[in-house]
Amino acid sequence: MKLESKAPQGPLAEKWTKHKFNVKLVNPANKRKYEVIVVGTGLAGASAAASLGELGYNVKAFCFQDSPRRAHSIAAQGGINAAKNYQNDGDSVYRLFYDTIKGGDYRAREANVHRLAEVSVNIIDQCVAQGVPFAREYGGTLANRSFGGAQVSRTFYARGQTGQQLLLGAYSALNRQIANGKVKMYTRTEMLDVVLVDGKARGIVTRNLVTGKIESHSAHAVLLATGGYGNVFFLSTNAKGSNVTAAWRAHKKGAFFGNPCYTQIHPTCIPVTGDHQSKLTLMSESLRNDGRVWVPKVAKPGLRAKDAAGIAEDDRDYFLERKYPSFGNLVPRDVASRNAKYMCDEGRGVGQTGRAVFLDFADAIKRDGRNVIEAKYGNLFDMYKQITGDNPYEMPMMIYPAVHYTMGGLWVDYNLMTTVPGLYALGEANFSDHGANRLGASALMQGLADGYFVIPYTIGNYLADMKAGEKISTDLPEFKEAEKQVNERISKLLSIKGKKTVDHLHRDLGHIMWEYCGMSRTDAGLRKAKGKIQELKKEFWNNVNVLGGSGELNQELEKAMRVADFIELGELMVDDALNRSESCGGHFREESSTPDGEAQRKDDEFMYVAAWQYTGEDQPEVLHKEELIYETVKPTQRSYK
Amino acid sequence: MKITLKVWRQKNNTSKGAFKVYQAEHVSEDMSFLEMLDVLNNELVVKGEDPVAFDHDCREGICGMCSLYINGRPHGPQQTTTCQLHMRTFKDGETITIEPWRAKAFPVLKDLVVDRTAFDRIQQAGGYVSINTGGVPDGNAIPIPKKIADEAMDAAQCIGCGACVAACKNASAMLFVSAKVSQFALLPQGQAERKERVEKMVAQMDAEDFGACTNTGACEAECPKGISLTNIARMNREYFVASLTSYEVQAKGDGA
Repeated sequence: MKLESKAPQGPLAEKWTKHKFNVKLVNPANKRKYEVIVVGTGLAGASAAASLGELGYNVKAFCFQDSPRRAHSIAAQGGINAAKNYQNDGDSVYRLFYDTIKGGDYRAREANVHRLAEVSVNIIDQCVAQGVPFAREYGGTLANRSFGGAQVSRTFYARGQTGQQLLLGAYSALNRQIANGKVKMYTRTEMLDVVLVDGKARGIVTRNLVTGKIESHSAHAVLLATGGYGNVFFLSTNAKGSNVTAAWRAHKKGAFFGNPCYTQIHPTCIPVTGDHQSKLTLMSESLRNDGRVWVPKVAKPGLRAKDAAGIAEDDRDYFLERKYPSFGNLVPRDVASRNAKYMCDEGRGVGQTGRAVFLDFADAIKRDGRNVIEAKYGNLFDMYKQITGDNPYEMPMMIYPAVHYTMGGLWVDYNLMTTVPGLYALGEANFSDHGANRLGASALMQGLADGYFVIPYTIGNYLADMKAGEKISTDLPEFKEAEKQVNERISKLLSIKGKKTVDHLHRDLGHIMWEYCGMSRTDAGLRKAKGKIQELKKEFWNNVNVLGGSGELNQELEKAMRVADFIELGELMVDDALNRSESCGGHFREESSTPDGEAQRKDDEFMYVAAWQYTGEDQPEVLHKEELIYETVKPTQRSYK
Repeated sequence: MKITLKVWRQKNNTSKGAFKVYQAEHVSEDMSFLEMLDVLNNELVVKGEDPVAFDHDCREGICGMCSLYINGRPHGPQQTTTCQLHMRTFKDGETITIEPWRAKAFPVLKDLVVDRTAFDRIQQAGGYVSINTGGVPDGNAIPIPKKIADEAMDAAQCIGCGACVAACKNASAMLFVSAKVSQFALLPQGQAERKERVEKMVAQMDAEDFGACTNTGACEAECPKGISLTNIARMNREYFVASLTSYEVQAKGDGA
């Protein structure tokens, strides 16, 4: 099968406009005859469900949480990019496009990224009109900040809770459509399979998480906006419920998985304190605008934050400023993360575990005053104090990298359709716009771009070719077979009654992934990981202990089904990381580095999207390549020196 | 640390519940409250006992999914969400009582898990600005004084956890509803539907069987996001004005 991106021909800046004109339209009077399923209610899902409902489609939306407002987009702190150039500092659609392509280390599709930059400006207008309380200047205009290494101030924000406010905006639009009867909302309902009829996605099988009831839902198209898979590492900044199950089930039904090895490790998270740790908390990247990252020049094992002031200026190594004088503490996430790891590997890490570096605000407080720092980061400082017990106004924070975002995901074409006709993937669930590394404040932008401004156009092109009102029954054998498989899987899990808890096995998977498929990867390590994951899979299916029954609220069963899928995904991530023997963006292969230890891309060999095809239980997946063609930008080696 | 836990156990929403006592033997003060429950649950599973069901998701204090009525206070002794509460707040040897939110409008589904969909239905009644995607003015075409934007943001920070309802003797949802009413009453974008919004949201709140405001301020004192009582005063004013004047709008159609 040849992968076709379906990116339109013609000059870059005209592709989307041209495409919008060329896509087929569904007659306004006919839209009500079509049903669309949207799984997930984060930024991408909620905005898509609301926008499609507004257009007149009948939407069924699903989330596993108790309310659509809980989706993990809510936790995004820093902001959302848009090429508004309100600051008159040289920003433009082209510059945002260029920065995103470069930041993604030339592993994203040009046409998609340009479209993203184009619609970024519409997103801000849309959210403002919804009543999202973005930060304002005294004159009443929107405020911006520079974020994550950008040379222009294009990031819009709502204190440190931008994701929350944007999601509540999308949630309000969704609520309006629920009230209008155009969206039917299913909360505490988890998608467990996608159903294909005549090769097209025509529905899903779900489990009601309160009653345990397995149900089928049919539609003309299915949209997955189910987020990323960072929890494959057990510890990550994702919510505890974030999972890959919807995407993985789709993958097993024929949707190719794109670039699974591209994971983003965020440099500024609160370090691990012990084996009880259940998640890692991100401290917004915006802190690096004013915080200085350092470790002692000479190893000081067990150095605590409250004793940091005792280390003289000359005895401190501000390693990012030293190694990258022009970007300093604002180098991209992957560079900042890897360097923190190197410092700790050298033994110069701080804190009880030695796996942490300082992020120090003493100079900023001296320069700007405590009030200014408090106004910028007050809630983040409070959050840090709440979790660690340390006061960052008086001593440096301790930070360490943690898994934060996954650039990989279901492969989609320019229309956001997967390799299964009628099955779409939006937001973090798809592989699309961030290449090998996502820039700060771009995830919110992409989620909302896909949901508000891309899918409402592109889905029409598909639906227009289907007969209006061609509804199908969930009594079809395809649905019954999928339900049967889901029920069998549940029965199997409940019947094992082994010795290990689901959390225990998930933690074991996390250790393998973090050790061998984390910030830095090697051929030998990845091969070892593959074997270990295969062993773990056997152990899971022979020795997991899932108590309780299927017809009740059973959180252990929910977790078990998700972990079973994470284990399979973990193996594919390792396969992908093995195949990609270059370093690019968040994927760092030690064998492929420059003499001074920086990432070395191999454009002649790896300028492609790796899209993996599932071929059967315990069968090797088949690699398909979508060549990336750069018509406009000339790839260069990233340098932040 | 060693902690004794008195936990509410209830099989489902039709069965009766009761407290059950557990010993948590290996509690670290760095654990979050929910991590302490994770450890307990893992021990229960190993022993073949049904683990305690509780709601949680982001574990960084923003999703509003976690709840728990701890020692008689929603989210426990500090003004945070339960996921941000750490065991260093408690003393070695202490007994901790954990209950679900108690409110007629929040029925218990299992153990500590309650149904808060009443909150969603109140938002669906009017917690939005009625605009479609696209066709909106430029963001800077709607100037908003910084003070107004800040005050709207203060109200908009509500995470919808329901602590205000759990804290209130009357199980009133006034703080929750007033936060959304305030956000839109303050902002220019909310003006067009200002009157209908407050009327519809209050009507839905009453239909969901939330109680009347006690005026004691327990909600504000327990709100993990510091949502201010001022919002309730503003909502009362909005509701009063709407009840006297909204007929002017409704006489020519329902305005929706």
